[in-house]
Amino acid sequence: MTTHMIVATGLRKRYGGTTALDGVDLAVPAGTVHGLLGPNGAGKSTTVRILATLARPDGGRAEIAGHDVVRDAARARSRIGLVGQHAAVDEILSGRQNLVLFGRLYHLGARAARRRADELLAAFRLEEAADRPVRGYSGGMRRRLDLAAGMILAPPVLFLDEPTTGLDPRSRNEVWEAVRDLAGGGTTVLLTTQYLEEADRLAHSLSVIDHGRVIAEGAPDRLKSRIGGDRLDVVVADPAALPVAAEVVGRVCGAEAEVDAAALRVGAPARDRAATLTEAVRALDAAGVAVADIGLRRPTLDEVFLSLTGPATEEATV
Amino acid sequence: MSVPTSIPVPAVPTGPAARLRWTVADAWTITGRALAHWARQPGQVVLGLLFPVMVVLMMGYLFGGQMRVPGGGDYRAFIMPGMFAMTMLFGIETTFAAVATDTQRGVTDRFRAMPMAPSAVVAGRAVADMLHSAVSLAVMVVCGLAVGWRWHDGPGAALAALALLLALRFGLVWVGVYLGLVAKGPESLVAVQILVWPVSFLSSALAAPSTMPGWLGALAEWNPLSATVTACRELFGQTVPGGGSWAAEHALELAVAWPLLLVLVFAPLSVRRYRDLDR
Repeated sequence: MTTHMIVATGLRKRYGGTTALDGVDLAVPAGTVHGLLGPNGAGKSTTVRILATLARPDGGRAEIAGHDVVRDAARARSRIGLVGQHAAVDEILSGRQNLVLFGRLYHLGARAARRRADELLAAFRLEEAADRPVRGYSGGMRRRLDLAAGMILAPPVLFLDEPTTGLDPRSRNEVWEAVRDLAGGGTTVLLTTQYLEEADRLAHSLSVIDHGRVIAEGAPDRLKSRIGGDRLDVVVADPAALPVAAEVVGRVCGAEAEVDAAALRVGAPARDRAATLTEAVRALDAAGVAVADIGLRRPTLDEVFLSLTGPATEEATV
Repeated sequence: MSVPTSIPVPAVPTGPAARLRWTVADAWTITGRALAHWARQPGQVVLGLLFPVMVVLMMGYLFGGQMRVPGGGDYRAFIMPGMFAMTMLFGIETTFAAVATDTQRGVTDRFRAMPMAPSAVVAGRAVADMLHSAVSLAVMVVCGLAVGWRWHDGPGAALAALALLLALRFGLVWVGVYLGLVAKGPESLVAVQILVWPVSFLSSALAAPSTMPGWLGALAEWNPLSATVTACRELFGQTVPGGGSWAAEHALELAVAWPLLLVLVFAPLSVRRYRDLDR
């Protein structure tokens, strides 16, 4: 039987007149990385804030390692680590002072807190800067310190809220490596991200969230094959050719083509990749459409969401 | 990279005594953090301590020559109790800035997601700020003695006056914590820095309310700052320019009541706001 470290059922939350969460369900098995994928304002952070005991749900319930996040918040808190969107560290103190401070507040003894700080500084390659004020740290260093602070208790459940937003590729790789490491050690990770690639690299399972609801969930591979297929893009030379191009592309792809009149572009999902491309070139030529550019490309997250939030796919589960 | 994962997780306390021990330990850790801040920024601390001294010199020597205290007496000695109280009021800026910065940076959220007592964060802040204000007050007393101010009714009454000043500061700690928690960010500090001036001037700190236009004088006499200032002048055995109003007659009672009221109103508001802090 699978033990779920994070369980949420029907989470609801309103802020003033806006509904942030409209019934979110989650179940994350122990030792796995679960990705919450969604655009800005979809409800990812609100979900994390409720699970991390920072916000109270208006409806529904959630448990961390069997502890209710509202009624048994204190116990839930001793099982979680939180790494939020901003590096929540003390700018005036040094990196070491920060980790010792948080270690003390986690009620490690003075000596244990210092030892833990040393271990984490080494693990996150911050030893050299350990005694300098955090104010002088780079964005990547700050984020690593932030991660280290979230891992002081080696918590069984770790929340990472957009951990790589604003990081350079090198720092991002470091964060990914750290997350994989933790998951390998048995930590259950809930990760929010706007990046399909990040979710793909790290997560064992995904929930796609939009307008406060989970609109799709499943393993990244299955989800991707459904929402992440290649697209055919055709740019025409003459605006007058747009309707014909749309008709041809739609026929070849077997789906209604989207037309961006301003960019003179017509696009549709390309199921058979190269075969679709070849066929499209031939058919456009036959129809007498002058093509300025044609190609296959990966869909943007916007398109993924458009395809998921379309009327036909509402409430879909892959 | 590998993160060492073997760490014994401390059990959450269950009994009230154990919970209290955690609260005290946590509050002390938070206080220690503020002390570490001062150690890292000694220049800023010294500047903060010297600022009210500068105001004393400015008011006392630039304007003082032209001032006549109703009921007689030296103007510099007259303003010292006022400056003590103003120093307590200026302290609200320290409280506000610290709380607003933590809230903005997400540090407060980190605290809130930790298994620590919710009251410890604000209590630790209060202890740190009280320590800071006690040092400020000591500097100001030395400054007062240097410019010719004295207490005349013995050390007991003088200490009672200092206690009233610290009581005012304690009340203001909670106002500062609350404002820091509801503020949009540390930028609002400018507003606080500006507002302390009309609040200071509209009191008996630097001028007797009896010399102000009637309604303004009444307002000044009811200012919580005035209650403390007037009570201190009485306890130091200094000239008290008679206002004649009920507030001026009962300054001592009000100097106890105002801080108490501030704590009773703003401490629960602060703790509730901290618990429900959710943007």
